[in-house]
Amino acid sequence: MDFEVMRAYLPLYRDALLLTLRVGWQGVLLAFFIGVVCAVILHLRLPVLRQAAAVYIEFFRNTPLLVQLFFLYFALPKVGLRVGAELCGVLGLGLLGGAYMAETIRSGLESVTPIQSESAQSLGMTRMQAFRYVILPQAVSRSVPGLVANVIFLLKETSVFSTISLMDLMFTAKDLIGMYAKTMECLTLLVVFYLIMLLPVSILGSFVERRLRHAEFGP
Amino acid sequence: MENALLEIKGLKKAYGEHIVLDGLDLAVDRGEVVVVIGPSGCGKSTLLRCVNALEDIQGGEVRLNGEPVRRDGKNISQMRQKIGMVFQSYDLFPHKTILENILLAPTKVQKRPRPEAESEALELLARVGLAGRRDDYPRQLSGGQKQRVAIVRALIMHPEILLLDEITAALDPEMVHEVLQVVLGLARSGSTMLIVTHEMAFARAIADRVVFLEDGHIVEESREPKAFFDRPATDRARQFLRTFEY
Repeated sequence: MDFEVMRAYLPLYRDALLLTLRVGWQGVLLAFFIGVVCAVILHLRLPVLRQAAAVYIEFFRNTPLLVQLFFLYFALPKVGLRVGAELCGVLGLGLLGGAYMAETIRSGLESVTPIQSESAQSLGMTRMQAFRYVILPQAVSRSVPGLVANVIFLLKETSVFSTISLMDLMFTAKDLIGMYAKTMECLTLLVVFYLIMLLPVSILGSFVERRLRHAEFGP
Repeated sequence: MENALLEIKGLKKAYGEHIVLDGLDLAVDRGEVVVVIGPSGCGKSTLLRCVNALEDIQGGEVRLNGEPVRRDGKNISQMRQKIGMVFQSYDLFPHKTILENILLAPTKVQKRPRPEAESEALELLARVGLAGRRDDYPRQLSGGQKQRVAIVRALIMHPEILLLDEITAALDPEMVHEVLQVVLGLARSGSTMLIVTHEMAFARAIADRVVFLEDGHIVEESREPKAFFDRPATDRARQFLRTFEY
């Protein structure tokens, strides 16, 4: 293993990491936002919107991110819609992730028994107040493990960004291997950088989980 | 005659073909304690759930102070504030401390200032013997303690009537007593209550009026609970009461 070479590559990997994180987190935030909206629509059984949300979820959950990105990046320009590579990455990740987040949050919402809402309403809360103060907080804290898993999954999915020539970690590694053939060094760095990006997410996730679930499940 | 606080007229409730309440009439006066008894599935709990419109009804009406209580009514939330309800399974909010459980509705629904609501909450908690548990979570309490908190949570809204739905059915026998003592105290202080229970000794002790319900009808009704429990007038009630003898 040539450590000199690895050190020389470090700045390139650092830049790639920053880009991956920037696009990745925007995508994750978008996914979370879409997920909450869809889950609430499904849970409250809002007419029309509910069917739309279901179609959206099934569509994006059952097509690969790679195909979605190709569609955004290569097909849309043919009908005159040009979307930059970074924006494609954010949109692709957000739309795919939104479908997963929606299902995770919905299962959290459905795990709270309907009697909780009735008991809140019997105290004079409106259906919306009961949802906001009683159902949603419990649902979110129960969804945390699933949400953290989704975030990690989405950040790993960024590795397909290289196919729409975004200079993310995967792209950088493949590029360097193609140019200098230091395969072992490049792939080792790639693994290390993914861990640098994702281990803190895991750790933060279990911390948040402990904090949020303390009330209901104890220490 | 003075109008009753709660009036139920011709109440009909059905789940599809299955009729649970079949044109039921019942009135509860202010300060009166009415106990509803009857075999499982006779519609007792459904009756309470209809009173504060947790159920759709298929006919009849429920009025509190002459005002209709309707599920789709604009003022249903205001009406429900006047109708306290305690459930068999307590249904405290598991993500909130005991104090927060009690304060949620007064501060968010009635918009009462927190210090005032809090001092009343602590007073009520002390009255049910749970002053020291204010910062605990529901999971740390026993069933009987949770049920007493649930009663406090309903009381702090200053309801005009309390609906108690088999509130001791899920409790160990030794915890039944501590909860029923609280309810007896409420009855003595003049609270209006509509109670569904399987505790016959309790019903006998607390009731101003006993209503025996079966198949969605009132079979027998008595303003003299002691006489009712000793010598029920109908065969059906006699049969039912006999099932509690060993």
